[in-house]
Amino acid sequence: MASAAAAGAPPGPAAPKSRKSVTGTRRTVAALFLLPALVLLGALVVYPIGYSVVRSFYNASGDGFAGLDNYKALFTDDGIRTALKNNIIWVVFAPTVSTALGLIFAVLTERVRWGTAFKLVVFMPMAISMLAAGIIFRLVYDQDPDKGVANAVWVGVHDTFAQSSAFPKAHPGRDSPLKADAGGFITSAPVHVGQPVTLPLVGVAPDQMPDGAKKAVAAGAEPGKVTGTTWQDFTRGKGVGKLGSPDPSEPGYAGMRIEAVKDGKVVASAEAAGDGTFTLPASADGALLRLPASNFKEPYNGVDWLGPALVTPAVIGSYVWMWAGFAMVLIAAGLAGVPRELLEAARVDGANEWQVFRRVTVPLLAPVLAVVVVTLMINVLKVFDLVYIIAPGSSQDDANVLALELYRKGFAEGQPGIASAIAVFLLLLVIPVMLFNIRRLRREVRR
Amino acid sequence: MRSNSGTIRTHRAVTTLAALLAGALALTACSGGDSDKKGDGDTSGGATGSTLDLPKLNGAKLEVAAVWTGTEQANFKKVLAEFEKRTGAKVTFVPAQDPIINFLGSKIAGGQPPDVALLPQPGAIKQAVQKGWAKPLGADALKELRKNYSQGWQDIGKVDGKQYGVYYKAANKSLIWYNAKAFGNAGAKEPKSWQDLLTAAQAVYDSGVTPFSVGGADGWTLTDWFENVYLSQAGPEKYDQLAQHKIKWTDPSVKQALTTLAQVWGKKDYVAGGADGALQTEFPASVTQTFTGGDQPKAAMVYEGDFAQVNIGDTKAKVGTDAKVFPFPAVGSDAPVVSGGDAAVVLKDSKAAQALATFLASPDAATIQAKLGGYLSPNKNVAESAYPNEVQRTIAKALIASGDDFRFDMSDQAPQAFGGTPGKGEWKDLQDFLKNPKDVAGTQAQLEKDAAAAYGNGS
Repeated sequence: MASAAAAGAPPGPAAPKSRKSVTGTRRTVAALFLLPALVLLGALVVYPIGYSVVRSFYNASGDGFAGLDNYKALFTDDGIRTALKNNIIWVVFAPTVSTALGLIFAVLTERVRWGTAFKLVVFMPMAISMLAAGIIFRLVYDQDPDKGVANAVWVGVHDTFAQSSAFPKAHPGRDSPLKADAGGFITSAPVHVGQPVTLPLVGVAPDQMPDGAKKAVAAGAEPGKVTGTTWQDFTRGKGVGKLGSPDPSEPGYAGMRIEAVKDGKVVASAEAAGDGTFTLPASADGALLRLPASNFKEPYNGVDWLGPALVTPAVIGSYVWMWAGFAMVLIAAGLAGVPRELLEAARVDGANEWQVFRRVTVPLLAPVLAVVVVTLMINVLKVFDLVYIIAPGSSQDDANVLALELYRKGFAEGQPGIASAIAVFLLLLVIPVMLFNIRRLRREVRR
Repeated sequence: MRSNSGTIRTHRAVTTLAALLAGALALTACSGGDSDKKGDGDTSGGATGSTLDLPKLNGAKLEVAAVWTGTEQANFKKVLAEFEKRTGAKVTFVPAQDPIINFLGSKIAGGQPPDVALLPQPGAIKQAVQKGWAKPLGADALKELRKNYSQGWQDIGKVDGKQYGVYYKAANKSLIWYNAKAFGNAGAKEPKSWQDLLTAAQAVYDSGVTPFSVGGADGWTLTDWFENVYLSQAGPEKYDQLAQHKIKWTDPSVKQALTTLAQVWGKKDYVAGGADGALQTEFPASVTQTFTGGDQPKAAMVYEGDFAQVNIGDTKAKVGTDAKVFPFPAVGSDAPVVSGGDAAVVLKDSKAAQALATFLASPDAATIQAKLGGYLSPNKNVAESAYPNEVQRTIAKALIASGDDFRFDMSDQAPQAFGGTPGKGEWKDLQDFLKNPKDVAGTQAQLEKDAAAAYGNGS
């Protein structure tokens, strides 16, 4: 393979038709000097590509010709289809968002005094390896708000607007007089004046018990009132203790709301005291007592960043964090080359800043923007490490991209044929983008 | 090859030549080829009692590949050092990556296979044999193996009736670790049956602690859960049939096992962090969160094998007092014993490699590593006193006591694509089941579909 490439090469660089080139070197001499480079290129680039193409037509063990079967698998295998879909999402969103952010940063930092410092900070993530960035973002997106900063912020914002309740995991114990009702609990029998009610629940962790909670006491009967106790019917270290009545060390549910319900209408309500006792007026006689759902609201757990639905956008977010700086530096360099007179002229003509940006700066920067987007596209097509590290095993399938699928097929599942087919397919995807870049580069040079 | 010294190259050449010429008598031929050195190969066969006779192998060089890292690797190197001391051979440890079979593939393609490799799956041994990489054990190693191992442990190292693997290290994967304080607060007792387990879980839940921690981000913890329930409920015969895909995953026994599993996985607030949280919890975190947080841990119990001790070591909890263990309760008539293990397989037949296999099959080697902790040996002649603590002793006893009734991890027996790839096959399907435990039929159908595809490829 290498020698074939070397043999085919000599006509390449010599444009003039005479036997000697401009510099006067003979073709053979030129070929001689090119040989080491060509051998290296052939051995390290051309041969692997060629072998991948050949390998992609053979089956898993490599001894049987498989024809186009591997390519057929490429478009029928569910895993690869997801990967393909995700790759499209990546190619569309990651480069554009990075470039847009880079453009905004570049234009804005130009007019800020500390612009260089700002640029330095934005560019900083580029100095981190993909692997390290992946580990960082795996933590950032952690579900537990105590660990993941993304959810910490989200939950913090959420909880300032919606308070969580004190007894999220409380539930009726054995032989309870309570049954579940619309997220809360309700007595199965009506209550009556003069007969103290017990509303026992279990399952509230001691450290979540409200501060005002004291030892629960059984409520005494009061004439003309419905009285009762709601408390944690669970003694630490002993289990339930005496079922259905407060044991010495069992705490009352301080602040639990109790509603008396008649025919679906709330006729009276009360809040339990520190020892769990409560008193309802005589109007509650014959009603069912309900502990409404507001007592048991689960604490907000934040967004499931790395779940199946959000994992790809989340990983793209980490990519943007890394590469927006790269886009910004290139665009800023391009911006430095934009003639100031044109901007001045537009301003003199009465254009506002947005119009200057939209109608003058961006069109002038278009070539640079195109280079940045295309470079990032090539980069995105081969994205692997971020996805591999950030996506937890359970959603790796949903975050899958072609490069990752290639690795999994080739090195985990022992399907080198299909892996090679994916590699060839990726190459085919990159080629048009590369051609575009090369042509653009040529045009630049000619100009 | 080229980097090795000339003598070794000659030695190898002689060995190969001898092996070619003498076939089964290779061992004898080798010692002939060695005679120019100090080696005398005639001590073989003299193993009596517990003392192990190893040939003198001065000048021989060996490479051993395994996936172990950290403490495990350091401890194993001490065992290798003992081998070096006894024989005079020089042994190098080659760190490998998972899946080791692919690692070996590239080593062998490169013409430099390690002499001995430790393979974690029976499926991998089979593959290595089919590809002609593995060499059968020699007479000495066989003798040592028969003396020290129960039939069951010998059999899983066999392919087509020939002994290839020596199970050097075992894992007992039928254990549930629990936070003693959380159990104490809840007044819960160590359960013996599945029903007891549910009762204990309810008591823990009533006390305000989530009963179970599941490391669902790693699919293998879920397959291990399933295997324990299935082995105990459906029995060893069905277990073997399912492992070989002789019965389908749509079998009623699978349905029953999944339904049983859903009693834990599917109950609200029984799994720490809920299904979504569990699916993002890696195995190490699932262990540590059970043993941190004082008497309010994130969960009270975590299921996994003896190796969970390593992760408990990362917390302040002490194994045996704060972190206790009970065997996986019986779901059916008998409690399950699901095990795993690493088998030493000879890849380059030489006297030294065979001697190392013999050594690894002996109680002498196992005792060294057992004393260092974090290690279980399937070798029945390892004294219980070799294990450093009570917990480890209990686990080892349970493993040896199960005799031949243990079953090897099912997902490790399955083709890699089904039983061993993150986000694929059984791992993924059980993760989906954890997320949606009501969909038993759908999970079965998906498992069967993936299994059919993976087994169909002829592993």
